[in-house]
Amino acid sequence: MDVLLWGIAPYVAMAVLIGGLIWRYRYDQFGWTTRSSQLYESRLLRIGSPLFHFGILAVVAGHFFGLVIPMSWTEAVGMSQDFYHFNALFVGGVAGIGTLGGMAILIYRRRKIGPVFMATTRNDKMMYVVLAAAIVFGLWTTLASVFLGGHGHNYRETVAPWFRSLFILQPDIASMAAAPFSFHLHTLVGMLLFVIWPFTRLVHAFTAPLHYLFRPYIVYRSRDRRGSSSSPTRRGWAPVGTRDRDNRTR
Amino acid sequence: MRVMAQMGMVMNLDKCIGCHTCSVTCKQAWTNRAGTEYVWFNNVETRPGQGYPRRYEDQEKWRGGWTLNKRGRLKLKGGGRLRKMLGLFASPVQPELKDYYEPWTYDYKNLVDAPLGDDFPVARPKSLITGEDTKVTWSANWDDNLAGTSEMGHLDPLVEKVRRESADKIKFEFEQTFMFYLPRICEHCLNPSCMASCPSGAIYKRVEDGIVLVDQDKCRGWRQCVTGCPYKKIYFNHKTGKAEKCTFCYPRVEVGLPTVCSETCVGRLRYLGLFLYDADKVTEAASVPEDRDLYQAQLDVLLDPNDPAVVAAAREQEIPDDWIDAAQRSPVYALAKVYRIALPLHPEYRTMPMVWYVPPLSPIVDLLRDQGHDAEDHGNLFGAIDELRIPVEYLAELFTAGDTDMVTGVLKKLAAMRSYMRGISLGNDPDDSIPEAVGMEGETMYEMYRLMAIAKYEERYVIPKAHVEQAHDLEEMGCSLDYDGGPGMQDSPFGEASGVPTPVAVETFHALQQRQTSDAPGGRETLRGRVNLLNWDGNGVPEGMFPDRQDGEEPR
Ligand code: HEM
Ligand code: SF4
Ligand code: SF4
Repeated sequence: MDVLLWGIAPYVAMAVLIGGLIWRYRYDQFGWTTRSSQLYESRLLRIGSPLFHFGILAVVAGHFFGLVIPMSWTEAVGMSQDFYHFNALFVGGVAGIGTLGGMAILIYRRRKIGPVFMATTRNDKMMYVVLAAAIVFGLWTTLASVFLGGHGHNYRETVAPWFRSLFILQPDIASMAAAPFSFHLHTLVGMLLFVIWPFTRLVHAFTAPLHYLFRPYIVYRSRDRRGSSSSPTRRGWAPVGTRDRDNRTR
Repeated sequence: MRVMAQMGMVMNLDKCIGCHTCSVTCKQAWTNRAGTEYVWFNNVETRPGQGYPRRYEDQEKWRGGWTLNKRGRLKLKGGGRLRKMLGLFASPVQPELKDYYEPWTYDYKNLVDAPLGDDFPVARPKSLITGEDTKVTWSANWDDNLAGTSEMGHLDPLVEKVRRESADKIKFEFEQTFMFYLPRICEHCLNPSCMASCPSGAIYKRVEDGIVLVDQDKCRGWRQCVTGCPYKKIYFNHKTGKAEKCTFCYPRVEVGLPTVCSETCVGRLRYLGLFLYDADKVTEAASVPEDRDLYQAQLDVLLDPNDPAVVAAAREQEIPDDWIDAAQRSPVYALAKVYRIALPLHPEYRTMPMVWYVPPLSPIVDLLRDQGHDAEDHGNLFGAIDELRIPVEYLAELFTAGDTDMVTGVLKKLAAMRSYMRGISLGNDPDDSIPEAVGMEGETMYEMYRLMAIAKYEERYVIPKAHVEQAHDLEEMGCSLDYDGGPGMQDSPFGEASGVPTPVAVETFHALQQRQTSDAPGGRETLRGRVNLLNWDGNGVPEGMFPDRQDGEEPR
């Protein structure tokens, strides 16, 4: 069982994530969008969306710190365990609560604002369930480690080594198996999130337009750099969807 | 000098009767899909009026276009790159549906299905967004023909401005003094701020003809371009989550046909043709410090297609000879730069718009006539142009960043043409003192008259076809026939909308060919190419469109 969950599932999730992204990038550029709903409603979005996004980006950065950077490194630069934890909890807590609050506003808006609700697909709802679960369970692990006895569980000795070991293709199943249940749950939901990621609106995160900072303002599309847009019809995959999508203007 | 070709349009506002045919045909052709209900690539505004979306010209609010920074360099009014990135999660200024309008339909079924009763059944308005009952409170032309101006006229940002700046001159009745229509499409700017605002770089300008397009595959829905365009001519398709805009009907233009709005224009007031311009000068021209110098700067970017040096430079850039020839015959170049009677819309936005307008003289003519004067007499007209400050100031806010002298000059040319030609058609000798009064020669004025008044189809639309040897460079032309299914795929088993999308050009081409060459009037069997009043191109006599012709009567 442990082998299945911590030895095989992560690779499956990763394969689906990467394969899915490549597939979607090649065959469904047209569906690759934030599907912004600001046209319908702006006031709540302008509070909720930045709160959520800045929060989630901080959380992502936090994961990077916690999982990728080994404990020995932070100790080597003289960061004490307490200091690290305080920071993690403080910064992580603020970011987590921001994320949660932002998400609550976004979900409330999705449900309560008529036009936004009408534009919410089943895919969106499913995505929100998984995303919310991942965030809530994640916060739970954090809170649990604060309130349950002493310093709680030090995931940097269990989850983090396992996570790193995945990348050298020698999964350290034993140390992950030793982590408490809350961590198991959060990790599993996280893997599920990665699995559905390419197939939901979340793909927008992977095309964060950082190149905007560097590109020239005016774009001429020159002769040989013809864009991928219309003419070659994609073999093997026809965009599913409504009449409108098939008849779309190009 | 880097010569580039640009498709441009000129509209002669005097001829616009505000019939909205252009808007409707454009909508039929391009935006009759779910997600684009509120999208009008072409809209016709009554001015004074708020425009569409409401008060879009108030750039202090909407932050479209460019400004100059402290060092005199161009910068997006909506903020620099970093600022845009930070505002990505929720755009700080973006029009909502309420700034456009909530599209609706009527519950017609109720008219038929309602049970028998004492009351007349009614078709209630239903929102196309939520499907719920709705109250219709605004639309794309709610203030058409000055409707409601007594209450809302002051909401026109230009009225506000003219009032502020000349409070002592306008006392009252401002709204009743004049009115005209302003049809608007995307300006296909030389320095487009929509493009500069797009984080993904999905908006591009075609090297071949300068048409500005959104790559639907590259667009990620960051919706910054909507803010960026000061003319609010980028619309967000709320179903697909992608930005869409006027395409200058590129599939038609590539095969030498005019845009749908031009082709169907009842007043025949649109002109299409090429400009040659110096691409290296654009940024400099867009950065001149004074707003009022922008019109001149924009003219200076346009190159004289008859200048041998320009022709040589154009050849060097591999602009084909028939394109250069078309540029030399270009009606838009003639109106904009030779006669100098076409003006750019809001040059102060610094995007170098390429749809130009001949300002309307008719408000002034009408006023003169109403007061019992001879409205064809150039003396009267010149006097009135100098006298009637308000219309002139308003037009100046629209076309010359407030420079009334420039507008007055153009109006006087139009007035002179009017009275010069009246003399000629009354059989008098041409009075060359009239053109001289506006610094023109009789000959030139006559040519200008020809182009303005009686030019034929081929003179109004000088559109060189896209080149076969360039075919691969243009979106639609590139291997247009070797898509899956090939050219025969018109009759797909599940009807028109099934299967893979057909490239627009192929579809248009087939539909047109069918319509023009078949004996039978526009196919009744197939949907494709079906002719109704909205998609009839003037060829043939489709059944049911006209009364039966009597024997022996000449076809029109
Ligand atoms: C890294 C750069 C990212 C950028 C630039 C970005 C940008 C955006 C934008 C523009 C929207 C549309 C908002 C609207 O107008 O309706 C959006 C929506 C959304 N984003 Fe992101 N995003 C990023 C990363 C993420 C990440 C990492 C996640 C989650 C893990 C995420 C989750 C969401 C969700 C759930 C929505 C839908 C909000 C709604 O209910 O309307 N985003 N994002
Ligand atoms: S008018 Fe057209 S080209 Fe110019 S900024 Fe707006 S959308 Fe872009
Ligand atoms: S079709 Fe021509 S005359 Fe009619 S509103 Fe449009 S531009 Fe004006």
